[in-house]
Amino acid sequence: MFPAPDFRCTSNDSEDTELRFVTCQSLWNQIKSETEQIQENLNKQLLENLVSFLSRSHSDFQEKTTEWTFKMKFREIPTAALVLGVNVTDHDLTFRGLSDVLQDNITPYVAMLEAKDCPGIKNLMQKLMGQLMNCDLDVDSLEDEDCVQVSQNRVRCSMPSLISWYDSVTKKTDSETPSKKRNSSSRHWQSPPVVVVFKDMESFTTKVLQDFIVISSQHIHELPLVLIFGIATSPMIIHRLLPHSVSSLLCIELFQSISCKEHLSTIIDKLLLTSQFPFKLGEKVLQVLINIFLYHDFSVQNFIKGFQLCIVEHFYSQPLSVLCCHLVDIKKRVYSLSHDQCENIRRLPSFRRYVEKQESGKQIELLTNDSFLKVETKKLLEDLHVYHENYVRILRCLHVFTSSLPKYPLGKQIRELHCACLENRVWETEEYESSLQLARMLNKTDLVTMLQQCVEILMSSSGKEFDRAVEKLKEFLTQFQNLEGGLCSPENNCLPCSLMHHFFLKTLLELKESRRSKKLTKFEMLRFEVVDYIDSLVRRYLVPADERTLHEVVYFNGAAVLRGHLNAAPRTALHTALNNPHWYLKNQALRCDGGGISNKAPDICIVYKLHLECGRLINLVDWLEAFSTVVMAAEEPNDAASSDQVDDVIHARFIRAVSELELLGFIKPSKQKTDHVARLTWGGC
Amino acid sequence: MPNLEHPAYPAADLLRLEVLVPCRESQVSTLLSIFGERQQFSFPSIFIYGHTSSGKTYVMKTLLTTLQLPHVFVNCVEYFTSRLLLEEILIQLQSCSSGAKHTSPVHCDTLNDFVRLFKQAVASQELQDQTLYIVLDRAEQLREMEANILPAFLRLQELTDRNVTVILLSEIVWELFRPNIGCFEPFTMYFPDYSIGHLQKILSQNHPPEYSADFYAAYINILLGVFYMVCRDLKELRHLAALNFAKYCEPVVRGEANERDTRKLWKNIEPHLKKAMQTVYLREISSSQWERLQQDGGEPGQLKGLSAHTHMELPYYSKFLLIAAYLASYNPVRTDKRFFLKHHGKIRKTNFMKKHEKTSNHLLGPKPFPLDRLLAILYSIVDNRVAPTANIFSQITSLVTLQLLSMVGQNDQLDGPRYKCTVSLDFIRAIARTVNFDIIKYLYDFL
Ligand SMILES: Nc1ncnc2c1ncn2[C@@H]1O[C@H](COP(=O)(O)OP(=O)(O)O)[C@@H](O)[C@H]1O
Ligand SMILES: [Mg+2]
Repeated sequence: MFPAPDFRCTSNDSEDTELRFVTCQSLWNQIKSETEQIQENLNKQLLENLVSFLSRSHSDFQEKTTEWTFKMKFREIPTAALVLGVNVTDHDLTFRGLSDVLQDNITPYVAMLEAKDCPGIKNLMQKLMGQLMNCDLDVDSLEDEDCVQVSQNRVRCSMPSLISWYDSVTKKTDSETPSKKRNSSSRHWQSPPVVVVFKDMESFTTKVLQDFIVISSQHIHELPLVLIFGIATSPMIIHRLLPHSVSSLLCIELFQSISCKEHLSTIIDKLLLTSQFPFKLGEKVLQVLINIFLYHDFSVQNFIKGFQLCIVEHFYSQPLSVLCCHLVDIKKRVYSLSHDQCENIRRLPSFRRYVEKQESGKQIELLTNDSFLKVETKKLLEDLHVYHENYVRILRCLHVFTSSLPKYPLGKQIRELHCACLENRVWETEEYESSLQLARMLNKTDLVTMLQQCVEILMSSSGKEFDRAVEKLKEFLTQFQNLEGGLCSPENNCLPCSLMHHFFLKTLLELKESRRSKKLTKFEMLRFEVVDYIDSLVRRYLVPADERTLHEVVYFNGAAVLRGHLNAAPRTALHTALNNPHWYLKNQALRCDGGGISNKAPDICIVYKLHLECGRLINLVDWLEAFSTVVMAAEEPNDAASSDQVDDVIHARFIRAVSELELLGFIKPSKQKTDHVARLTWGGC
Repeated sequence: MPNLEHPAYPAADLLRLEVLVPCRESQVSTLLSIFGERQQFSFPSIFIYGHTSSGKTYVMKTLLTTLQLPHVFVNCVEYFTSRLLLEEILIQLQSCSSGAKHTSPVHCDTLNDFVRLFKQAVASQELQDQTLYIVLDRAEQLREMEANILPAFLRLQELTDRNVTVILLSEIVWELFRPNIGCFEPFTMYFPDYSIGHLQKILSQNHPPEYSADFYAAYINILLGVFYMVCRDLKELRHLAALNFAKYCEPVVRGEANERDTRKLWKNIEPHLKKAMQTVYLREISSSQWERLQQDGGEPGQLKGLSAHTHMELPYYSKFLLIAAYLASYNPVRTDKRFFLKHHGKIRKTNFMKKHEKTSNHLLGPKPFPLDRLLAILYSIVDNRVAPTANIFSQITSLVTLQLLSMVGQNDQLDGPRYKCTVSLDFIRAIARTVNFDIIKYLYDFL
């Protein structure tokens, strides 16, 4: 998983490579288990609903088989339509969780089918029976005769064999002494349902699904089957894939997982907006990860993978990342830094800025005395920790306000606010200015609830830092209470935020402007005070991270590296390689300015460059001519007399280069005109 | 009503049969006369067809079991390969000749083997002097198997030289079965659809024990009044009847009406059934949800059906890719310049509109387009620059796996792939609205 050898082989160990590697690994393990925990919690509700559906599904029939209604009713196959969203890469984790929960609570018989394994009904039955019968294999002793046969695939792929298998396993469980079995039989019922999961419903062919449903429907009395359809798009797909005659065999209930955006928000909340983990993402990096998520894949797993990449990259490329650790370890680690590492600190831009601001005596100490530097570094790092803790609190408070303003000038999600604060001094932006103005128009009830929320957020912090702030906010709250009633009138210039949403920002601000002249009421005065106070907190605590000294130690800022890894651009890379071979080959001779063609470039590059100037159809003879001209330019010019006839070698080189281009998919032989090839790309990328 | 009569079978059995299969007396008596007496050879093959739920399976099964005729009954959908099918017939034959439950495994790969093993199997005493019936339900599936299977079954009597009759049940006509090289022509028979009267009679047969037959018949009458226009499937109707009967009885149970208050009962149940038609019947909500709703006395409106969940979240560029694909599918290539070039010059409207293109492109359905056209349109409709990264390409593939795009003719790897957009206008408009893109302005059909 990690590029471990590289980590360790870095030439001098004065840069703590060993320790960095260990730190990196333990940090990642913590984060990994945290994300798994989050995932589990998020899916909890969904899985609970599914479990209760499954346990309901066949129990009805076991109890009331004698009743008239149950005799008359057509016995449908219980089916859960599980809508999981288009982030297909995340589904595997959900399915794994689902399978675990089912095996723990409902039934040991769970089969997961994927469309790519089931092009026909035969393959589907094979897969299904293989999975079901093998799950039994795990439980029973391996020497059992039947099971060996299963693995040799000698069982007929038909429902009757499945049913007789089911009968035999369920009966065995009944009769056998519990000592041999795991206590699984106690957790499952007498006849546990057989769950078949279609992981990617959309990709299954209609025929396979229909056949399978029709077949199973005929045996539902003997084999308590339950289907789960994993749906990425919308449940409409069921009606598109199955005609009424088939869907009428199913009893379909809908289950929806939480949206991937909510999932991401939770992940960001729990991984980034917390002081639990020392490692932080810089603004650009975070933006890259979020953009890939929102613009391209909606995949939370990919986001986490990206985050992992950031961690690895940070610990690998930044020697001082050894100090990116929990508060308790900082002291020890700082004091054991080598001289080289101290020099690394001195080279950090943020540290240089810091030094410049000190008086000259201290400057000299910092730059020459390692132990003095270490003391100072420890203090600065501790400050950084405190800064981050406070930052998160105040960010959440500010979010309470901004998330209820009309049109969300600073974004609706806390991640947007976080990015804005990381990027610049947020209080210098226009959006912040208009947010404040809007906040100055809030009505009393809204304002009071927001203040209460802020108090809660600040109270939950452990330190004493916000004691004063909490006091102040509480004071505001009592003042609001003491104001006489009838407050929310137009003269007070206030609107409930639910109403504010109907106005345009501009009109609102103009409205405010027009009333400026009037004398302020008591409420308005108080409101000004509150907003000003919040503003002062923001200015104090929401300083962008890159203004903090030593931020390089914990903040990863390699957005370009990350982009290079995650945003592969094959077409662009290919074009660069062919158009500008110097870029990859690092050979000065290949460097050519002004778009000319160097004759020392590989043949395919020359051919490629020439073809860029052609239209949709390329005349091979002209192309060869041009090619040989370019290539011959290298040879002595006096040879030109004999160039009437193209050299055989050049001809061969040309043919090879052209077929290479064809292999890369740039051209193909044309049927329209002889001696011509057609271009498959337009333009140059 | 003509009673079923046949000298070869006991009158009591025939009477029982008649009660069990109402409305199919004439078909049953025709079949009986073809079958003849137990030991007589019958027609080699019989082909029975009729719509879904016209009682083919049910009548055949009831007939054969009630009269205790030796038979084998297989569903060809379930035994989807010829090997499975032939083996299944042999397995059932074993249990029907020996009567014993235990069956030994059979291996039968070809028809040749089948004929040999079949002869062995029917060698037993009790089968020799009776006609054996092999019923192949959903026989249309046979056409998917090897070409020799269907013709061989049609003349199995001749091939095996045994007293056997093969009965094929299908929903499609014989003409669609007949192989072009010709084959033995089976005796064909049609099961007509049940009339509303038939349905009324069959459905009223099984009334719940707590209520009188008349009360239940009145209920069935109302039920058919609502559903007959959309559904004639007996299974489905019986299911719906069972689901909604509790609601019908409600006024009686609460003592607000007696069993003869037809008007009152009708007023109570009719709107309810209409609701059922739009929800459970279409499988918009499931039958168990419907029952729970009834028990809780809730309004069916509270529960959103499957089709109400059309909303789908897509990544930002996937939305634009889908929009671009839609435009490429429904706009003539010629018009791309006009829609997507900033300075397209003046194209006269009259020139621009070609006659044959006046017919709506939406009526003709989506047309395939090459990848490059899709990307070119994408670049011109997205405001900021999109790099052609691997992400974009994999998004296109994702859209294909989600069935929002479909790939056409993937035979040539090097030839640029071609796609079609499979989403509806409503869907794409909803998507376009979320990214503030006025798609109607870019569609040739709406110019
Ligand atoms: N004449 C009949 N009398 C009673 N029930 C019938 C009759 N015809 C059909 N049914 C019922 O209708 C259902 C569907 O019939 P089925 O034989 O499966 O139709 P098919 O095979 O033609 O599609 C069966 O479950 C059966 O109970
Ligand atoms: Mg049938």
